[in-house]
Amino acid sequence: MTVGLFIPCYVDQFYPQVGIATLQLLEKCGVTVEFPPGQTCCGQPMANAGFEHLTDKCSQQFIKSFGSYDYIVSPSGSCVLHVKEHLHVPGSERQVQSIANKIFELTEFLTDVLKIKALNSSFKHKVGLHQSCHGQRGLKLSQMSELVASPFSKSEYLLSMVKGLELIALDRKDECCGFGGTFCVSEEAVSVKMGKDRIADHLLHDAAYITGNDMSCLMHLEGILKRQKRKVQVIHIAEILNTPHT
Amino acid sequence: MKERGGKDHAKLAERFNEDEPRVDWHDKTLWFVREKRDKAAWQIPEWEQLRERASHIKNTVLANLHDLLLQFESNAEQNGAIVHWAETAAEHNEIVRSIIARHGVNRIVKSKSMLTEECHLNEYLEKHEIEVTDTDLGERIVQLANEPPSHIVLPCIHWKKEEIGDLFHKHLGTPAGNSDPAFLTAAARQHLRDRFLTSRVAITGGNFAVADTGEVVVCTNEGNADLGVQLSDVHIVCMGIEKIIPSRDDLAIFLRLLARSATGQPITTYSSHFRRPRPGQEMHIVLVDNGRSTRLGSDDYRNALKCIRCAACFNTCPVYRRSGGHSYHTAISGPIGSILAPWGDMKKYADLPFASTLCGSCSNVCPVKINIHEQLYRWRQDLVKQGYAPTSKKIGMNAMQTVLSNPGIFRIGGWLGRKLLKRFPFMVNNRFNPWWWQRDMPEPPATSFREWFQKNRKQ
Repeated sequence: MTVGLFIPCYVDQFYPQVGIATLQLLEKCGVTVEFPPGQTCCGQPMANAGFEHLTDKCSQQFIKSFGSYDYIVSPSGSCVLHVKEHLHVPGSERQVQSIANKIFELTEFLTDVLKIKALNSSFKHKVGLHQSCHGQRGLKLSQMSELVASPFSKSEYLLSMVKGLELIALDRKDECCGFGGTFCVSEEAVSVKMGKDRIADHLLHDAAYITGNDMSCLMHLEGILKRQKRKVQVIHIAEILNTPHT
Repeated sequence: MKERGGKDHAKLAERFNEDEPRVDWHDKTLWFVREKRDKAAWQIPEWEQLRERASHIKNTVLANLHDLLLQFESNAEQNGAIVHWAETAAEHNEIVRSIIARHGVNRIVKSKSMLTEECHLNEYLEKHEIEVTDTDLGERIVQLANEPPSHIVLPCIHWKKEEIGDLFHKHLGTPAGNSDPAFLTAAARQHLRDRFLTSRVAITGGNFAVADTGEVVVCTNEGNADLGVQLSDVHIVCMGIEKIIPSRDDLAIFLRLLARSATGQPITTYSSHFRRPRPGQEMHIVLVDNGRSTRLGSDDYRNALKCIRCAACFNTCPVYRRSGGHSYHTAISGPIGSILAPWGDMKKYADLPFASTLCGSCSNVCPVKINIHEQLYRWRQDLVKQGYAPTSKKIGMNAMQTVLSNPGIFRIGGWLGRKLLKRFPFMVNNRFNPWWWQRDMPEPPATSFREWFQKNRKQ
């Protein structure tokens, strides 16, 4: 099985450690991972802002880079959802469909494809899980609090395998953090207020770390945490899962 | 670029956020309602099946609207009601005015009707010197304050009880400083009682219109619709044409969903069935289109017509809770309002589909399964295509496309950007960057992931 590793553009440029952790984690699970160097961006920033018509070139680039892999894996629920739902290349519908079927967000790849049962990792801290909306409600990585349905969470399942990790409960299990792509600057006031409230919930329950499946949400929360000079840190779930048990 | 309308959600929301403790209070108040809704929904093991069934019924209604409307008209007329058809808001207002004028009265009572808000009926009647008293307590409060409702189910949810005490002191003569909810409610009741007893015409909305019986069903918690109708000589029902449902069996599904979704109650205190006028009374039903039938022809936006106006999407919306109803500058605000309003006026409401993070919570609470967040996404595409994007955004997006779709430019641009950010952080840490106003920028790392990969992994 060869996996094409899709590292979102802003993760590539600003959070290389998340890409490294994802790569190492997959390798530890015995997967052959390639990083197609022609990859850039899935096109989501433009599409969510209403400029889907400007994403053709990104989509073409994506198909060129990833079309031939058995699986495509990415440490971002949001980008994966975009690729699944909004990749459009006129004339390449079959390839688009094939990509939609074989792209996975990292945690769902671990739980649903690799079906891992144990991890040799430890992280001795109190951790709060921020469920990113696109991963949660879009990819259904965990049950949604609005629905009358049995609970499950792929992230929590994986975090439960990490030795020493104490997952804290939050008052609002799946409230949005307010990042929202260009929303974070076009609706700055509400975006920041949502982020502050999300952080307050984690502080109230004594979190030392805030983790999640999407670095974009965490980047937004990190920006506020740093401005507030808080000790609490953000950390991508791949980094926790990849922390070796010593 | 086409000019957008004058009011802008982001600016109005920014103003709302100037008083942070108030935002916290507003958010918590509405979150409390959302949690009540959750508790009520969890009491019903078949909740998700009910939603599916309701959605199915509404889809069937929309597919057969023409026939169902005619069936309703015929049955309502057999019951003794007079049915009117209004293509536009203006036609609706004129029909209502002429009925009132024919009875020679200049004051009327009205229970809650979002349709009359949509049509701006109060303003129209007041221009014609007809005084309207809104008899729903929340609506009466915002009416006294000369404001539109900020929420379709809880019209004065943005008012604190102390402020209502002051308002009542000014308008109803209650003692200054008294903000006891029971006392204020009693005072409002006394004040409204007088209006009920002296109004010969009563307007109500209609939550549901049952095609095979010709009856209109109105759900209230205060009984104000009943009191108005029973004490009047003329009852006028104002409702949108999408409120039709086929039968009473279908009604049972919606009555189980409506109040639970709206306020977490099992059912509203009153579910009033208005089937025929009592002897000597006139009953008019005004069926209003106002853009609904053209929307029916749109594959992308049709199913917003399934809405039963429960406002569950308002209460769950993290943006609504932190920006307040008035920031949407339209009668029906919140997520559903953001997909309804642009259909009527794209220019005026081009900002609303962007007042969302697309988190999707709205679609999950919707009792009739409207894909609200997907329609928000769709509206963004259509608004940009129609030319309603600000020029600065257009330029930015084009530049973004060039950088993000070209591996060479992306690699070099990223490298250069990170170096520049490290040397000259003030390039982005300044007032022209909204990110930076209340958030630090991410620290630029020494290498990108791809640079690391090149060095550490050979392919």
